[in-house]
Amino acid sequence: MNESATKDDVVLIAKRWKNKRGSLIMALHGLQNRFGYVPRDAAMELAEQMDVPLARIYEVITFYNYFKLKSPGKHVVSVCMGTACYLKGAPKLLKHASESLNISPGETSADGEFHLQMVRCVGCCGLAPVVTENETLLAKVTVDSLEAHLCKCKNKEKEKA
Amino acid sequence: MGRLTLQDLDARQGVQIQTFDKPWIKVGMSTCGLAAGADAVFNALVETIQSHSLDWRVTRTGCAGMCSMEPLVEFRVPGESPVMYGEMTPELARELVTQYADKHSLPDDHRVPGLAELAQAAGDPPRTGPRQYRIVMRNCGVIDPENIDEYIDRGGYQALKKVLSSMTPEQVIEELKTSGLRGRGGAGFPVWSKWKMTRASIGDEHFIICNGDEGDPGAYMDRSVLEGDPHAVVEGMIIGGYVIGAQTGFFYIRAEYPLAIERIEKAIKQARAAGLLGSNILGANFSFNIEVRLGAGAFVCGEETALIASVEGKRGTPSPRPPYPSVRGLWKQPTMINNVETLANITQVLLHGGRWFAGIGSGKSTGTKVFAVTGKVKYSGLVEIPMGMTLREVVEEICGGTASGGPIKAVQTGGPSGGLIPADKLDTPITYEHLQQLGSIMGSGGMIVMDETDSVVELSRFYLGFCVDESCGKCAPCRIGGTQILRLLNNIADGKGKEEDLVTIRRMAHAMQKASLCGLGQTAPNPILSALRYYEHEFRERLVPAHK
Amino acid sequence: MTKKIHAIINGLPVEVQAGVTILDAARQVSVHIPTLCKHPDLDATAACGICIVRVKGTAKMLRACCTPLEANMEITTEDPEIIQVRRSVIEMILSKHPNECLTCGRSQNCELQTLAAHFGLRQTHLDSIVPDLPLDETTHAVTLDPRKCITCGRCIQVCQQIQDVWALSFLQRGIDTRISAAGDIHLADSPCVRCGQCSAHCPTGAIVEYDDTEEVWEKLRDPEAFCVAQIAPAVRVAIGEAFDFPVGTNLTGKTYAALRRMGFKAVFDTNFGADLTIMEEAHEFIERFAHGKSVLPLVTSCCPAWVDFMEKFHSDIIPNFSSCKSPQAMVGSLAKTYFAEKNKIDPAKIFVVSIMPCTAKKFEILRSKEMSSSGYQDVDVSLTTRELARMIKQSGIDFHAVPEEQPDHLLGAYTGAGTIFGATGGVMEAALRTAHYLITGENPSRMEFHMTRGLQGIKEGEITVAGKTVRIAVAHGLGNVEKLLAKAREARAAGQDPPYHFVEVMACPGGCVGGGGQPYGVTDELRTKRAAGLYQEDQAGLWRCSHDNPYVQKLYEEYLGQPLGEKSEQLLHTTYRPRPTYHR
Ligand SMILES: Cc1cc2nc3c(=O)[nH]c(=O)nc-3n(C[C@H](O)[C@H](O)[C@H](O)COP(=O)(O)O)c2cc1C
Ligand code: SF4
Ligand code: SF4
Ligand code: SF4
Ligand code: SF4
Ligand code: SF4
Ligand code: SF4
Ligand code: SF4
Ligand code: SF4
Ligand code: FES
Ligand code: FES
Ligand code: FES
Repeated sequence: MNESATKDDVVLIAKRWKNKRGSLIMALHGLQNRFGYVPRDAAMELAEQMDVPLARIYEVITFYNYFKLKSPGKHVVSVCMGTACYLKGAPKLLKHASESLNISPGETSADGEFHLQMVRCVGCCGLAPVVTENETLLAKVTVDSLEAHLCKCKNKEKEKA
Repeated sequence: MGRLTLQDLDARQGVQIQTFDKPWIKVGMSTCGLAAGADAVFNALVETIQSHSLDWRVTRTGCAGMCSMEPLVEFRVPGESPVMYGEMTPELARELVTQYADKHSLPDDHRVPGLAELAQAAGDPPRTGPRQYRIVMRNCGVIDPENIDEYIDRGGYQALKKVLSSMTPEQVIEELKTSGLRGRGGAGFPVWSKWKMTRASIGDEHFIICNGDEGDPGAYMDRSVLEGDPHAVVEGMIIGGYVIGAQTGFFYIRAEYPLAIERIEKAIKQARAAGLLGSNILGANFSFNIEVRLGAGAFVCGEETALIASVEGKRGTPSPRPPYPSVRGLWKQPTMINNVETLANITQVLLHGGRWFAGIGSGKSTGTKVFAVTGKVKYSGLVEIPMGMTLREVVEEICGGTASGGPIKAVQTGGPSGGLIPADKLDTPITYEHLQQLGSIMGSGGMIVMDETDSVVELSRFYLGFCVDESCGKCAPCRIGGTQILRLLNNIADGKGKEEDLVTIRRMAHAMQKASLCGLGQTAPNPILSALRYYEHEFRERLVPAHK
Repeated sequence: MTKKIHAIINGLPVEVQAGVTILDAARQVSVHIPTLCKHPDLDATAACGICIVRVKGTAKMLRACCTPLEANMEITTEDPEIIQVRRSVIEMILSKHPNECLTCGRSQNCELQTLAAHFGLRQTHLDSIVPDLPLDETTHAVTLDPRKCITCGRCIQVCQQIQDVWALSFLQRGIDTRISAAGDIHLADSPCVRCGQCSAHCPTGAIVEYDDTEEVWEKLRDPEAFCVAQIAPAVRVAIGEAFDFPVGTNLTGKTYAALRRMGFKAVFDTNFGADLTIMEEAHEFIERFAHGKSVLPLVTSCCPAWVDFMEKFHSDIIPNFSSCKSPQAMVGSLAKTYFAEKNKIDPAKIFVVSIMPCTAKKFEILRSKEMSSSGYQDVDVSLTTRELARMIKQSGIDFHAVPEEQPDHLLGAYTGAGTIFGATGGVMEAALRTAHYLITGENPSRMEFHMTRGLQGIKEGEITVAGKTVRIAVAHGLGNVEKLLAKAREARAAGQDPPYHFVEVMACPGGCVGGGGQPYGVTDELRTKRAAGLYQEDQAGLWRCSHDNPYVQKLYEEYLGQPLGEKSEQLLHTTYRPRPTYHR
């Protein structure tokens, strides 16, 4: 990562939030949106820019599920494990995704292509079970439709390569 | 739109039923609709209409509530009853336009019975649909949530006008008291009382926070309201701000709801442009602003004190109460926290009167409640019903019973803090009190239907696992107790449990209920205790047989 | 005019001020409610759930430690159900705690161990789920064993709020919650200033002082080594707590005796070093105050945690800092020079052990090359009061019976001014006595400067010496310095007169009597009693001003020359530089 570019981005984010009350989490969202996770250097820079102790930043980042300390894969596959989805077979989907991608929930594939995770309800319970891949939301998912989508992602990457 | 004046609002009073003079198609475009493909449908409609050079109107709208039928499209022609379509596809959408343009007739496929009435069910006062009663969701699926004009045309901001031009804060509180409105976030605390206490507290400034964290997995009432009728919540918050003497309000919305966040941000912008936020609102000596803050994936942040910590930029760990937020909350100032649905009720209570509201519902549970009915139910979706209706009416009559057509095994209300209600108790009326008697709670509105293929052992394991994942870790009973009970439960589920494990589970669960600091830990054992209460045999069946 | 509240606890009527917790109210009627996470110094974290009580009319149980008593409450603190819940919670806590009492730094003095003992659990129905987390000994001052942490949150409150250092925080959540240095690094790479307040407030062995006793025993066994000891002011009034003496008992003579019996060949007193510090520092002050050399205020430097804090967070005030080393460092360098020369001992063989109330001193002895001004490391090992107490116990010395002895006077005689160094405000008071003498040529008529005493976080005042007003400020607890410095900076930026001429800062609340290495269980009540022990000795002493210490006078005559002279500068002074807050 380009160091000074990182710094500039963090400075910008900090500037936007620094003088607003109750904005640390918003600033961290800003970082994560920018980098896909919260890189350590960026966290240190943010601490300095916003005059917040690093300890506060880390205690917050590690408390909230949303924030990641490591770069996730290009395709973040989230299997909803909310109640509605759970009852409608989400565990099976999770297992399938895990086998198909060869990673456990919470892990990123070695090639950095895929990150698999559980989420607790994305609020589309009426269409359970639900899986999201980055911004794409798949509804009423079956093992087959999930595999089809994962295949599409895998192929896309191959094409690029 | 420029700044609105009292006179502007006066002029638009009473225009409650949307009038139109050309065909109007509305597409449900909330998160779920989009997930089901509403975007493609919308585009197909627009293209077809353009290619036929038709002067029709196509707009987006929020959630009508028939989630399992998404994408939903409503077709309205002046002078005729609206027709609702479910599971709409781009092909069907094209077909629809062409057929009506060519032959003035509509396809019969994919029509959804009853929904049209439902979507229209908000008169003045809102009138009952077939079974539902829409107060909170009166505009959901009806208006374009991103258009403040459509909101105003449906009586929007009239309540604010009324309050600012003719009511003292005390009068508002009195009206709320008459209404009997209770908080919809779970605890059911009387709204008037919280407003009154916060107003009475002394501080440098006062805050109001809308709790849009909606953490109950499998429930999404608040999301639908935020996405489908954001201005109603904004208006409710402005009124709340006026009453308690706040100048700043915060929306705390979970980050998992990007569309709700976007819609609320838009609504705030529009309201500001219209002079409904900012200084001297509608000419009154009252200034108020709203900011949005996001959650970051922590169920416990729905708890008031944890939410406050989170807004302050800290770990979302609860603190002991008292002091209550109404006395010492955000940045140690008096703070009022209300749920989305609670705030969405405010305008209607004030426009139609507390007595009107109190006439709906049953006993101390007045008004309506929105439920997200999911699980093994035929029509999963959102229903808004007057309280006092029985669980059976909701699950069997409105939502069509189980998808498989087989018997219902049980219904879980209250999410991870609630409990199971077995099929033979489904005639219980839905009120705060009745549900509590059965060992469950009203909760925020999750309603999960189980059929005979579902195992209560699995479900209790699921809920406890959720609470263990979401425990903030601050206090020992919840942090360790939950984990240990889960281990025992896993053992039982795997066929390795022993008789005494049930005793230990009950003892640990009891300690958790009594010694946990916040509601999460105090109620986390509820699902398993209620499962043990009604279905102990299912657990026993899995125990290692005792040696004789 | 706070309201009075009437209520009933276990059938007994109580009357308290509004706002008093159920826990404190119960104490008033001799009802003891068990606690684990609550510390009297700190806001309740409400983390353990042990203190639950029942209030008539509700099914919920309330936490006594953080719930204010309300009018007409009827409270039950003990019944079979409550006791069962408490036992269950203890069972949970123990299931996530290693069973390592025998080798634990807190054994016999552990709040968890005591609680478990009181509740007498004989059996547990839960599996052990102790996480595998590494020990952090990197600071060489405090040792972190996160496995033993019960996540009470006390250390975090101390480090973040009281000390404003933010070296510690919780990471993760739920069952994975763990204590860790800022940003999941080693404590030594964090802003930690090694004040040890976290260890002083931890209820368990999760944070303890780094134990250096083994190295000392080894040297004591070594016939070649010439071991000398020195004891800090605050040690004498606290060590007795480890032997059940009444709090604040002054045990100076017994401590000298015990040290000799353990094998130390000479026993010095850090109070002597304190007198010396005053000689140097008071002269620095006069130079700045009366002769306009360098900037004001002058800021004290005898607390190494404060020095570290300043270098990390407030390096812009380096020019204001007194260049004096701490008293222990002064005694150390003189032991290996002056004492060595006079007694013809090879300084290479001298092994200096300082007994301190302090964990930061373990760090100070290595903080820069100036800590080896004698040509050797001036102080070889710094032990805390707690470590010394353990060594005395190991030595089989009957601390109650051992007769009092005298120090080796060359570096052991001291004045009351040196003694009161151990309490917040003491350095200031001692310095003022000598400054008064230096300005007017005579000792002040009243030795007590009451404005410097007591436990108020920031103490400000002014005194008039020979028609000149000296404005002073005293802060203890690092969280209090920010305000003070802000004032000084503002004036500096505006080009105004400084708001203070002389500032004393001690990192630990109460000063060294409340130091991070002192016996456990410190509260304001204990701090006050320990300080009272020091003030008593001061009042009863023959000499009360540092410049009256004949051995200090002799030292200047025979060896150093004069305060701030060349030799003094070399042996007694140090320099400062900004340090990074984090090592990346
Ligand atoms: C663990 C926990 C989670 C909660 N989650 C929510 C939530 O997601 N949304 C909500 O409105 N209230 C939630 N609550 C209830 C709130 O603490 C609070 O009572 C409510 O927001 C008050 O608003 P009301 O009076 O309008 O209901 C939760 C409570 C607990 C203990
Ligand atoms: S939002 Fe969708 S995927 Fe998530 S729990 Fe509800 S139905 Fe399942
Ligand atoms: S009960 Fe659970 S969630 Fe609530 S404070 Fe305790 S640990 Fe946190
Ligand atoms: S912390 Fe206490 S209970 Fe734990 S091992 Fe040490 S002495 Fe025993
Ligand atoms: S207390 Fe028990 S376990 Fe500990 S040393 Fe004594 S006998 Fe052993
Ligand atoms: S020694 Fe002091 S600074 Fe270091 S972690 Fe402990 S309390 Fe914080
Ligand atoms: S380390 Fe000690 S003081 Fe800190 S949280 Fe753990 S048990 Fe409490
Ligand atoms: S006050 Fe502290 S630093 Fe000063 S002499 Fe005493 S122990 Fe040493
Ligand atoms: S106040 Fe005393 S005990 Fe505390 S760190 Fe400073 S010198 Fe050490
Ligand atoms: S439970 Fe999966 S989206 Fe709500
Ligand atoms: S119709 Fe959209 S959530 Fe149900
Ligand atoms: S002592 Fe009250 S909760 Fe721990």
